[in-house]
Amino acid sequence: MNLNDYRGVLVFVEQRSNEIQNVSLELLGKGRKIADELGVSLMAVLPGYEAKKHAKLLVEYGADKVILVDDKALEIFTTEPYTQALVKVINDEKPEVVLFGATSIGRDLAPRISARLQTGLTADCTSLEVDEDRMLLMTRPAFGGNIMATIVSPDHRPQMSTVRPGVMTKLERDATRKGEIVHVDMKFEKNSQYVEVISFEQETEEKMDIQESNVLISGGRGVGSAENFSLLYDLADELSGLVSASRAAVDSGWMDHDRQVGQTGKTVRPNLYLACGISGAIQHVAGMEEADLIIAINKDKGAPIFDVSDLGIVGDVHKVLPFVIEEIKKINDSKRIED
Amino acid sequence: MTFNMTSEDLMMRDLFRKFTENEVEPIAAEIDENEEFPAETVKKMAALGMMGIPFPREYGGAGGNYFQYINLVEELAVACGTTSVVLSAHTSLCAAPIYEFGTEEQKKKYLVPLAKGEKIGAFGLTEPNAGTDASGQQTTAILEGDHYILNGSKIFITNAGYADVYIVIAMTDKSKGLKGITAFIVESGFEGFSVGKKEKKMGIRGSSTCELIFEDCKVPVENMLGGIGKGFKVAMMTLDGGRIGIAAQALGLAQGAYNETVKYVKERKQFGRTISQFQNTQFEIANMKTKIEAARLLLYSAADKKGKKLPYSQDAAMAKLFCSEVAMEVTTKAVQLHGGYGYTREYPVERMMRDAKITEIYEGTSEVQRMVISSAELK
Amino acid sequence: MKIVVCIKQVPDTNEVKLDPKTGTLIRDGVPSIINPDDKAGLEAALRLKDEFGAHITVITMGPPQATNALKEAYAMGADRVILLTDRVFAGADTLATSTTIAAALKKLDFDLVITGRQAIDGDTAQVGPQIAEHLELPQISYVSKFEHKGDHAVVKRSFEDGFQMVKVKYPCLITTLSEMNDARYMSIRGILDAHRDLEVETWTFENIEADPEKMGLKGSPTKVKKSFTKGVKSAGKVVEGTPKELATAIVDKLKEKFVI
Repeated sequence: MNLNDYRGVLVFVEQRSNEIQNVSLELLGKGRKIADELGVSLMAVLPGYEAKKHAKLLVEYGADKVILVDDKALEIFTTEPYTQALVKVINDEKPEVVLFGATSIGRDLAPRISARLQTGLTADCTSLEVDEDRMLLMTRPAFGGNIMATIVSPDHRPQMSTVRPGVMTKLERDATRKGEIVHVDMKFEKNSQYVEVISFEQETEEKMDIQESNVLISGGRGVGSAENFSLLYDLADELSGLVSASRAAVDSGWMDHDRQVGQTGKTVRPNLYLACGISGAIQHVAGMEEADLIIAINKDKGAPIFDVSDLGIVGDVHKVLPFVIEEIKKINDSKRIED
Repeated sequence: MTFNMTSEDLMMRDLFRKFTENEVEPIAAEIDENEEFPAETVKKMAALGMMGIPFPREYGGAGGNYFQYINLVEELAVACGTTSVVLSAHTSLCAAPIYEFGTEEQKKKYLVPLAKGEKIGAFGLTEPNAGTDASGQQTTAILEGDHYILNGSKIFITNAGYADVYIVIAMTDKSKGLKGITAFIVESGFEGFSVGKKEKKMGIRGSSTCELIFEDCKVPVENMLGGIGKGFKVAMMTLDGGRIGIAAQALGLAQGAYNETVKYVKERKQFGRTISQFQNTQFEIANMKTKIEAARLLLYSAADKKGKKLPYSQDAAMAKLFCSEVAMEVTTKAVQLHGGYGYTREYPVERMMRDAKITEIYEGTSEVQRMVISSAELK
Repeated sequence: MKIVVCIKQVPDTNEVKLDPKTGTLIRDGVPSIINPDDKAGLEAALRLKDEFGAHITVITMGPPQATNALKEAYAMGADRVILLTDRVFAGADTLATSTTIAAALKKLDFDLVITGRQAIDGDTAQVGPQIAEHLELPQISYVSKFEHKGDHAVVKRSFEDGFQMVKVKYPCLITTLSEMNDARYMSIRGILDAHRDLEVETWTFENIEADPEKMGLKGSPTKVKKSFTKGVKSAGKVVEGTPKELATAIVDKLKEKFVI
């Protein structure tokens, strides 16, 4: 393999129900920087169906070239046709870097592609840099968030990585930016690796994305039971926030996995993170330490969560929260009157 | 401490600990409060093979060893004295004597369902006038054709009412004294057998402790266990084994109270410091830990001897004596170190202290254990 | 039905602590466990066995100590266990790992391959899909429900914002989520059998057909350039008091930071 045959940065743009996902715009922001450092162009590949309308947006967020693969087979994500589309584009364009969001789609698709292309893939990166030899330095948490590892792919191209949502920042949208928009026509024929999507259900309210919320009331083992989460929901309602949870609470079945914060869950960066009965295992902390304000309530004075908290409350969640809810209710009520 | 635990023993201990943490600990306070027999837990234990660990598979057991069974009794007691004694009475006092003394038919008929946990076992020796002194038996068994007719009553019988199979000790020939005592296997449904009033107890409140009443109770001759006149031997050997079980229960309670205390003293602050930072606390913790480990060595040594079929009667008595006294001491200290909270039901040490007391009493009081130990020394 | 479940023995990262002074990992005394997502996969297989009858082979790649994870799987009800271990396999990244495991799977008969979504020590979620690619199997990842329907399965595939119900024909590969089920306990008999009767099959490089250039460190496109621990954030104030005082402290802080 001649490494010099590969030039350019390619971002996989993820659409769901024909809506561009935020993480893809974040990747365009990071991809732009990498492309500029390498002196190459930034490409965005968008597989979808009737998704052409988004091409301009991708240019405005930093892409030099948008590659549309538009086919009914790509309307809803399934692994095989998406793999075929990406593998064709990568083989045609020969980018040196390919970035995916580390979402449940990106993390399904990227490894399949890496195996088909026989190249390396680094999962769930939180930092990407380029060194003097044009090599991509991919840094990711490992060992449950206890250590950070910087991974390289010295002899294989493209260098592929999935990038954790919420970590990179997107560019300011610039309507004056210019870029090329191209279509790739492909024939998709069903093979034994196709699966059939029978139904798709969008989950509403209850499955709202904790990464989008400014306020998270988060519960851990100390909450004690699924029923006891009702206090957290009450407080979240008062603060217009969402309820999230630690792995212990999710593993106990008190909360869905999509609400899990931490190494094996989501990285969140809300304005307020209120940790209730969460001891603060390092892999939990890895997912929430970037929150602007961290308040922790825990019975155990020695709980490590206090080490990362702006305010530590040594107390029983079930006893403290009712008073908090009561006070905030009062404040909210008085505001309503002022309106 | 792992003593000489093999990887098999260690994997089993992992299972016991997970089971205790997930299934036993969450309901321990509740079954104590409501005096509720942990019937669901027994079903779960049966499904995993825990009701017959030391018995061979041809008799429905798991085919494990005696130490593993003792280790389970210990680990259950770390969270719940009640669950621990339910298992211990079932296994040591009912299934074990049938395995030791039973005929092939008796083993097939009774040991198999007991070891599988389909049936629960109990043991009836103590009477209003025959507690520590087993020879004062007043329950009689008179042979009539192919049946014995039992009359009398037994008291303080663990698992009574929930058990399906009872080992009952009765006098078949008063003139022969201890040699006139015989053991019988009695089914809960036998005519003339009933369960009397349930005791209200200080501790192990989820376990059922009742009177057994025999009014012309017909027991088939083939249900005689260990032969005519062998009842005293059956009872004494059963109690020897049972004592190791009670020692394990006591040790588990001490360990549980100790674990709770270590957690608490690191949390609780007084005078601006956690109480673990006071030397008094540190020394108490050191004493508790040392006594627990010493007790464990005695217990495991006794269990090891029994497992290897070496004489263990004195070892069992020493283990039971020491473990139960350590349990009482450690749980009392645990309550003390918890202060006022330790006296409330908000923390489990109060329950553990109540549960610990009985281990100095049942299956031979501490005084009886001292008699057993010294009699072997001074003969 | 023939099922192969791929598991990994991992350190329980919940038990790993950082030395607050040096910032280094304290690995001593950290227990090894079956990776939680994999354990859910094994439980899913065992439930299929209970309901429809199935033969379950559990395979793991790792050092000889990984035998313990296989014994645990056997004690839970697996029928056959295989340890893939060889110096040639060592130092593998996800691609080389998947190449090795796929080569082993080619030696086995299966209708369904199950892997956990991801391992808690690596969190990559890559090995499952990569195995599927090597074996040209359809893959469904992030599975939270599995229904066997004769020649095909209907599975629930989770996304961040919803789920799909997907129909997939056998043979196929799924990756399972830990919250899919509550894994059963080992049975006492199972533990005893695993230690007394079970012979763990050990497969080395000799037992599989694969290019040694594509396995282990040599066959890994990615390399670890460096690793480091993260700095520790400095702690804020910790307060004690009555529930009411504590609540006031929280509300004051929220006002101070303009959250309310």
